[in-house]
Amino acid sequence: MVEIRLAMEIGGLNLRNPVMNAAGILGLTADLLRRVYEEGAGAVVTKSIGLKPRMGHPNPTVAIVEGGLINAMGLPNPGVEYFLGELEKLRAWDIPVIASFFGETLDEFVEVASKLSEAGVDALELNCSCPNVEGVGILGSDPGAVKRVTEAVKGCVDKPLFVKLSPNVSDITEIARAAERGGADGLTAVNTLRATALSVEARRPILSNVTGGLSGPALKPVALRCVWEIYEAVEIPIIGCGGITTWRDAVEYLLAGASALQVGTAIMTRGLRVFREINMGLRSYLEENGFRGVSELVGLAHES
Amino acid sequence: MSDWRMRAEAHRAVRILRVVEEAEGFSTLYFRDALCRKAQPGQFIMVWPPGMEEVPMSLSTIGGESSITVKAVGLTSRRLTSLGEGDLIMIRGPFGRGFTLMGEKPLLVAGGTGVAPMKPLVEEMLSRGLKPTLILGARTRDRLLFLNRLRRLLGSKLHIATDDGSLGFSGPASKYAERLLDEGCFDAVYACGPEAMMAAIYRAAERRGLPIQVSLERYMKCAIGLCGSCAIGPYRVCRDGPVFNGEMLRRVLDEFGRRHLDPSGRSTPLEE
Repeated sequence: MVEIRLAMEIGGLNLRNPVMNAAGILGLTADLLRRVYEEGAGAVVTKSIGLKPRMGHPNPTVAIVEGGLINAMGLPNPGVEYFLGELEKLRAWDIPVIASFFGETLDEFVEVASKLSEAGVDALELNCSCPNVEGVGILGSDPGAVKRVTEAVKGCVDKPLFVKLSPNVSDITEIARAAERGGADGLTAVNTLRATALSVEARRPILSNVTGGLSGPALKPVALRCVWEIYEAVEIPIIGCGGITTWRDAVEYLLAGASALQVGTAIMTRGLRVFREINMGLRSYLEENGFRGVSELVGLAHES
Repeated sequence: MSDWRMRAEAHRAVRILRVVEEAEGFSTLYFRDALCRKAQPGQFIMVWPPGMEEVPMSLSTIGGESSITVKAVGLTSRRLTSLGEGDLIMIRGPFGRGFTLMGEKPLLVAGGTGVAPMKPLVEEMLSRGLKPTLILGARTRDRLLFLNRLRRLLGSKLHIATDDGSLGFSGPASKYAERLLDEGCFDAVYACGPEAMMAAIYRAAERRGLPIQVSLERYMKCAIGLCGSCAIGPYRVCRDGPVFNGEMLRRVLDEFGRRHLDPSGRSTPLEE
């Protein structure tokens, strides 16, 4: 029997399988991320870390809608200095870590990225697309700014850098190309889609921040279209993210051009077993269809 | 696809049926909700009085009518205790893992508003033919919640402990629990209240080789197992808890009774 390989490489990172948690999901402590890894993820992604501690927005910070979830956490994080301690634990446990980070200015992006990089993370994910914090989301819709911040970060860290893109733009390929020109090693597509939900009984928005970001199955067709378009526009690899719940979603993303996958909202509906479920389903699909490795699927649908 | 808005995680509006003042600054708010009706004792809901913050609260009554029991301490809890019949609150849940039944003769220890999830637990135990004993603890006799109701349910198996000695045992409920554990032939222990109290009871149960469950509280944002803000060790209080058994507690001894995450995710000492 031929051995099926879930192991793959992306942007210089060698992972045991392509499925990870999405940024913002459980990434606040080393202990939780270790559990994500033990539950079968190929790598773990931290909460978006900034220069200073942030409490985030007051509750309610989540609202369920048809087929998905809207959240406006407001980038809560303990600040980079504190978080170095968590990263140290993850490194001691030999868990591949992608550190998500953000800044409110270009200098902040560079400073945080440098500190995370020195802490020995395996890769960085630049969050320029959080829709819930003023300034941070706007950056992600300006191709010039995305190129500049990517360049600045790449100029002072020697780790693979993924840039996480926002779907809240009219042409995502323009932003993808800007990140590629800035030197990004890969792209994560996509962050959440700006949305809101109201209570008809309370006659007001549910989220304290009024608007938030939509995730879950309702986001999937939009995110998948983004991955499809980006794959045709750039050479660098893509991490697909948006509503991935089952192995079928995972295969769709791979066929559309994603090399790896991130899972978030499905942890609510499926539990932490979702990492194993997707990997097992992927393995069966590869086996039944005569593929030997997961990388053989990447972008395959573009050839038909 | 199933209707997501029917999920327990979705917000829904309920009207307050009535508010009962249990003691000064402590009120129980009754309402009806189809999902809370089927909750397990120990599960919690997120309660949002529109315009205020949303907060986690244990269900203090489970059945045709459900309730939460609120201590007026912050802005949101003061708003909740000021509500009356017909007022609207938004809820979601019930969430997390509740208590599971162990043994035939369990000892339950409740401190302050920690009695909230213990009351439906006592009712569940009695309906299943168990013989629970409850220590109801509070700072003073005026702050003993559900005293009459619990007396009717438990008779002589209700014990009182007050910090100021105004009724029953004078001193912490955890100390009285140790005494009862040495005298009685209990086969399981449950605790809910201040975390220092629960930690003391956990140690007492472990020394005697008794199985234990406690209900933990942490700052929470999503309550649906995604954001990690309620982490303690490898667990999410909202999803893996709020009820922790001895095996889980053994894995988080550096945090249990000692530390918690602040809203930014920094580990800080517990102050009670």
